[in-house]
Amino acid sequence: MKGLRNYLDKIKPNFSKGGKFEKLHSFYDAIDTLLFVPNKVTSSGSHIRDAIDMKRTMFLVVIALIPALLFGMWNVGYQHFNMLGLYADKTFWEVFAFGLIKVLPIVVVSYATGLTIEIIFAQYRGHDVPEGFFVTGMLIPLILPVSIPLWMVVLATTFAVIIGVEAFGGAGMNIFNPALLARAFLFFAYPSQMSGDKVWVAGLPTAEGVVDGFSGATPLAHIAQNELPKMASFSDMFYGFIPGSIGETSTFAILIGALLLIWTGIGSWKIMLSGVLGALSLGALLQWIGHGNPEITNAYFHIPAYYHLVLGGFAFGIVFMATDPVSASQTEKGKWIYGFLIGVFAVLIRAFNPAYPEGVMLAILLLNAWASLIDHYVIEANIKKRLKRIKIKV
Amino acid sequence: MPLKIEISKGLNIPLKGKAEKILSPGQIIGSTIALKPTDFPNLTPKAAIKEGDKVKAGDVIFYDKNTPEIKFTSPVSGTLKSIVRGERRKILEFVIEADSIIEYQQFTVGDVANLSKEQITELLLNSGTWPFVRQRPYNIIANPTDTPKAIFISGFDSSPLAPDLDFLLNGQDADFQKGIQALKKLTEGDIHLTVNGVFPTSKLFENTKDVELHTIVGPHPAGNVGIQIHHIDPMNKGEVVWFIHPQDVLIIGRLFNKGIFDATRIIALTGSEVEKPRYYRTILGSSIDKFLKDNIKPGNHRYISGNVLTGTRIGKEDFLGFYHHQITVIPDGNQYEFMGWLAPGFNKFSLSRTFFSWLMPNKEYVINANVRGGRRALMITGNFEKVFPMDLLPMQLLKAMIIEDIDLMEKLGIYEVVEEDFALCEFVDTSKTDIQAIVRKGLDLMIKELN
Repeated sequence: MKGLRNYLDKIKPNFSKGGKFEKLHSFYDAIDTLLFVPNKVTSSGSHIRDAIDMKRTMFLVVIALIPALLFGMWNVGYQHFNMLGLYADKTFWEVFAFGLIKVLPIVVVSYATGLTIEIIFAQYRGHDVPEGFFVTGMLIPLILPVSIPLWMVVLATTFAVIIGVEAFGGAGMNIFNPALLARAFLFFAYPSQMSGDKVWVAGLPTAEGVVDGFSGATPLAHIAQNELPKMASFSDMFYGFIPGSIGETSTFAILIGALLLIWTGIGSWKIMLSGVLGALSLGALLQWIGHGNPEITNAYFHIPAYYHLVLGGFAFGIVFMATDPVSASQTEKGKWIYGFLIGVFAVLIRAFNPAYPEGVMLAILLLNAWASLIDHYVIEANIKKRLKRIKIKV
Repeated sequence: MPLKIEISKGLNIPLKGKAEKILSPGQIIGSTIALKPTDFPNLTPKAAIKEGDKVKAGDVIFYDKNTPEIKFTSPVSGTLKSIVRGERRKILEFVIEADSIIEYQQFTVGDVANLSKEQITELLLNSGTWPFVRQRPYNIIANPTDTPKAIFISGFDSSPLAPDLDFLLNGQDADFQKGIQALKKLTEGDIHLTVNGVFPTSKLFENTKDVELHTIVGPHPAGNVGIQIHHIDPMNKGEVVWFIHPQDVLIIGRLFNKGIFDATRIIALTGSEVEKPRYYRTILGSSIDKFLKDNIKPGNHRYISGNVLTGTRIGKEDFLGFYHHQITVIPDGNQYEFMGWLAPGFNKFSLSRTFFSWLMPNKEYVINANVRGGRRALMITGNFEKVFPMDLLPMQLLKAMIIEDIDLMEKLGIYEVVEEDFALCEFVDTSKTDIQAIVRKGLDLMIKELN
């Protein structure tokens, strides 16, 4: 590795101020620091530092996303061949390869678009390339339907990075989760590509030889259309053998990622747990009201509360999006409230807003906007406690 | 009323190189001695003597320009060799060449029991022992005209590789008791002495009169006096408490017992790069060269006066800091690491479990002074709170300091914190921000705005 280091040291002056490729400094720096942890030593304060850095943090989040990604690829193949009634004839690898070919371009396009913009902004602003997009670039493909045109991925990613992050001053200053912003952008700009029954299975709208009765509808759609009997079984939904956004269908795969995030200490278990509790509370309330009241036609009153956890993007959202430390509540007490409200609002939107079959995306974006407000009250409470201490003494 | 405090937040950093409980024989004084005005935040030094002047131990070397009563006296007899200046002629060091036998300036002390607060204060000021007494808020030398609501002494040091204070104080019960007796006259409140609740309390602390003896149990920073103050009698706006290190209580005790400024101090030489980490009897401000001689492993090292979290970076021939009881030597870490962020990391210590070092909870680590990553925005939340055992919001307070919002800092509890309370936050910070420097800046701003 010494040779590589020497080579980097040799070309470094070209990218420094006054060098030939001065304009590519941020790009060089990103590559250099990716290959080598810098030799910088502490100059003030604590002489030793924790081994963790932003690269390790983001790398582990990407690792946590891998189960969902791999399962998503397989499921794309499975849904496709299932639609054609050919699944039984295909080997595991054929199914997986089909999904790989469909999904990989979306991932590549998302990364290429986002990283290019990030590097340009880093150069323009004169700082290092932030690692946040390593995660965002993976999140965006996983929350899109497989049939999404690639140019829309480019558009949405550009929107998310420029309007969602850079306009606020860069990574760490943004209010909304950039990946969700990308999805929301497409959802409202191109609803026909982002919702309905036709977008979740690769090749569905034009495919020939679709088996009779195959609709491509997600379980959420079945509930919204009051077709409970058609809905997939709980175990199919838990393991993810259902149509849906690429990476969000398998609660099981997401759970593996969640455990990794919690065990390593990167993801906030408080947000995840309170989110689950929030969804279960409202879900249970609906179920309780609906129980023995067949005149209530809304199907959400007639499903068990825990179904909410495996339906749609709930698990993915609460594990990977709600826990984004930048857009979440920053106080520890605030995280409980923030997570709980996401759970409640996700179910609320699902059950009572017929325009949006899925509520998680909007619930998280709403709570992103409220996170500072929650923090404000937590901080005020802390201040009041300190003031009270003086009053007691007097 | 004695309290039993328990804290759960915090972090013990398991470093290699703890000092064995062996005291090297005799008193080892380095080839030169120095007093460093830079050890005292917010102090403008004014030299009292010129280069080449002779001094006895206890003679004034310099004083505080803003509070001339606060004097700094020589710990040894000898000659003022040089006044080392830095940028803009700022005085960095007063270097003294020590005589082979220390000659002491004699102070008339009398019986502590009969002395008033003013008389004791004057004695401490004139002998140069006053600067050992520091105050919170702001972590600066105590103001002689204040009467603190209490004086706090931490009876143990929980920081990485810290010396065992029981070992440092061993056998000096009379000096300690005398020092306490003098300090007791300076406050209307109590002297709170807090010891580690995990181990049996030493006879010396147990038998000390005039103190409230508390225990605290938990990881570092349990031994930090700020944490103890927060749990015993928290600071509010307008209040002042004083604190002092137990070994410095001894120096005050000796002043009243013997009438001299005897700044003898036992220090621990620690760190992974020391061949034989152990204890040495030396003196305040001694250069460290003689301890390091033939006792350091080869390589490029970082020498620290104090511990790895809050100590001062010094050269290998520089001097022990005024408030330091420990020297730490760790590898410098000025090297690149190929794909370091990707490595499994069996030998990388972290609060998180992002490296496989979590498999070995009892391992001791060699940690160098590398920053281990690039500086980023403060993105990750929730880590500071894991190592900050006060009922404060560390991240929000830090941000208030960054934006220099005096009002908000005050509301969020700046009076309760000093740099060392944020040292662990700085250690665990993923964004590699220099947090203690920000805290110092915040405290200095408060001093400037409120006085």
